[in-house]
Amino acid sequence: MTIDWAHFTPWASLLGGVVLGLASAIFILFNGRILGISGILGGLMSPRLGDIGWRISFFLGMAAAPTVFAWWAPAGFLSAPRIDAGYGLIVIAGLMVGLGTRYGSGCTSGHGVCGLSRLSPRSLVATLTFMGAGFATVFAVRHLF
Amino acid sequence: MQKITEFLAGLLFGMGLLLSGMSDPGKVLGFLDLFGTWDPSLALVMGGAILVGIFAFTVAKKRTTNFLGGALHLPKANQIDRRLVIGALLFGAGWGLAGFCPGPGLVSMFSGQPKAFAFVLAMVIGMLLYEAADRFIHQPRARQAATR
Repeated sequence: MTIDWAHFTPWASLLGGVVLGLASAIFILFNGRILGISGILGGLMSPRLGDIGWRISFFLGMAAAPTVFAWWAPAGFLSAPRIDAGYGLIVIAGLMVGLGTRYGSGCTSGHGVCGLSRLSPRSLVATLTFMGAGFATVFAVRHLF
Repeated sequence: MQKITEFLAGLLFGMGLLLSGMSDPGKVLGFLDLFGTWDPSLALVMGGAILVGIFAFTVAKKRTTNFLGGALHLPKANQIDRRLVIGALLFGAGWGLAGFCPGPGLVSMFSGQPKAFAFVLAMVIGMLLYEAADRFIHQPRARQAATR
């Protein structure tokens, strides 16, 4: 294993993580909800009366994030994201992520951040499983084929 | 008040994804490439988030209502079953293919990335497929089991 020092951003990533933790803390303590993106979005696929508004408010906040971030971050802080996958692969990946996160009841936020924070064995199994699958997939794509 | 904290949580979450580098698929794949040149940054993202989260959930577990007096929805499910593992495997493989998970996909779409828009569209279709499968495959079976 070689460390990619050129892309390693320990402080920004740690601080960003703390901000993600704060968002999850606000959501559980003030709104009584688990901050899990796939669950919040997935609930809109079978909408029930009185269960829509809070999801929309949350996503409006998320939609404002890039603009607010651009005001606040130093110029040039945010380099353009590297999206190497082509459209075909992106669509296959999207279908798998949508289906998989609903089937497994959560993603990186719900199981990864919130589940591990509340010391849930179920979320630990889910997180180890999707991380393992992620490592294996990248290994296969980059080093086998 | 409730609407404000919902909005604020979404705003902070999106900003956390941008600041941490989670919203950059290149960085995510760099983290998942354990056997290549490895970028450990995302381990610090998880570490930072859980550090704060542990305090919040310790407080939440001791309460019956949230700070605004409303309901506190802590998950009750604790079963580790085939659904959980198969779902997580499918999700992890999709994550490894493009480097997007749901949150970063959305925030990149809101940043105006066309590929992220395609990802979110496909993800929503995947979620709708799940709803359809759940309605027509799982629930009728559960109903049969209940009447048996």
